[in-house]
Amino acid sequence: MRVVLDNLSLYRDGLLTTIALTLLSFTAAFVIGMIIAAFRVSPIPPLRAVATAYVEVVRNTPLAVLFVLFFFGFTKVGIRYSAFTSAIIVLSAYTGAFIGETVRSGINTVAVGQAEAARALGLTFPQVLRLVILPQALRSVVAPLGNLFIALTKNSSLASIISVLELTEVADRVTTASAQPVAAFLGAGIGYLLLTLPAGVAFGVLERRVAIKR
Amino acid sequence: MIKRRAVFAVVALLAVVAAACGSDDKKADNTTTTGRVPTFASGTTMAKLQAAGKIKVGTKFDQPGFGLRNPTTGKVEGFDVEIAKLIANRIFGPGGADKIEFVESISANREPYIENGNVDIVAATYTINDARKLRVDFAGPYFVAKQDIMVKKDDSSIKSVTDLGGKKVCTVKGSTSEKNLTAKAPTASVTLFGTYSECAAALTDGRVVAVTTDNTILAGLVQSSNDAFKLVGNPFSDEPYGIGLKKGDDAFRTFLNDSLEQIFENGDWAKAFTATLGKLGLTAPSPPTVNRYTAGSTATTATTAASTTTAY
Repeated sequence: MRVVLDNLSLYRDGLLTTIALTLLSFTAAFVIGMIIAAFRVSPIPPLRAVATAYVEVVRNTPLAVLFVLFFFGFTKVGIRYSAFTSAIIVLSAYTGAFIGETVRSGINTVAVGQAEAARALGLTFPQVLRLVILPQALRSVVAPLGNLFIALTKNSSLASIISVLELTEVADRVTTASAQPVAAFLGAGIGYLLLTLPAGVAFGVLERRVAIKR
Repeated sequence: MIKRRAVFAVVALLAVVAAACGSDDKKADNTTTTGRVPTFASGTTMAKLQAAGKIKVGTKFDQPGFGLRNPTTGKVEGFDVEIAKLIANRIFGPGGADKIEFVESISANREPYIENGNVDIVAATYTINDARKLRVDFAGPYFVAKQDIMVKKDDSSIKSVTDLGGKKVCTVKGSTSEKNLTAKAPTASVTLFGTYSECAAALTDGRVVAVTTDNTILAGLVQSSNDAFKLVGNPFSDEPYGIGLKKGDDAFRTFLNDSLEQIFENGDWAKAFTATLGKLGLTAPSPPTVNRYTAGSTATTATTAASTTTAY
């Protein structure tokens, strides 16, 4: 493990980049996911179609493919972002599709009577969703959202494909310098655990706190 | 009587033809090898390989000019492959090239492959350096590549490595090129991708202004870009490519070094160059000098990413 200690500052910077990628992408993905879920349960068919198409295309394409297509392909049509920004866009778009589906499944757990009662009181569809359905739906999907957060943390390692200097990329470079891949990647593995283990605990606490007491 | 004579004539003819073919074969072999099966002291790696009738050679499958798998034939082609064939002919005698099993080796798995015996030797654009000598031994070098710079054809602002300061420069992960670049142009901003094709794409898109690595690789990229790129032609480092083998197998290393010196002298090396790298527009230099270093005299362990020389 001496290689890891020798390159500690590189690993620290890599870990910070991974944290930034994960937190920024998860925030954006959460917003995308809420919009997708709302579209998918909306009474307006075109919105449902758009959201369904988005989910199916993004969810069924390997993340590595999305990275390369976005980073190298979109420059051909004049869209060009830095590697870091590109990574956040791709990770949010990808994770957003999954969050959308997860939230939709949460919405389906809320009894239909709730929505019907809200409508009877004169609330509009957005109001029904925001004030009645989502507060209940989100409580039931805390655990799967935690899974998606952990998956996103690990998925951020693919940003190394487009030269973002995050944990995996650091391990790659240290491997090159030291010819010790096992130690170098163990270092990266520990870095990811530092992120994912507390995240798992945090989501567990959150899940118990917001649980609906029946 | 006539019938019997005819049969005799046919048989005689066949015999002559067979003999002629046979001697042709032998003559062809003589030009490239010693023409007979060599003998080795028992217990040596050479004797073991000969007894097994097979040698496993680690090479790149994606490196134009050195080791590139031909998608139509499925065979690996390139300079590294030719060198491996010439070595095999010296172990097994004529036709030894057929006894090679090529194993794809990427930069990161070369040392483990040698240590674990997945391969017997590695000839995969394998730069000899001290960090690697701690784990494997090297015969050779059999080639010295030089790091150069590739820019867009109409770019005349970059003439040497010092002009790269403050500019965005692309090279590939796991390569010495990065280290050499930051040593010579510390203010250059380095972008690393997995393959050189991605660097070429980044150069086309204007994400970077230059790509730097060994001139042999850049020559291939210039060619496949239909001359949209050009080489600056001002090399700034040497990358000696060696044959990797198990650490401590000194008899085998001496044998490999002897073999390399023979093929340097008898012209086989130059032929192999013309047939592979020559097609990328490179002219054959004179063969390098084999470095018979003493085991154990390797330099201190260097493990930090910032202070070690390594290669792709």
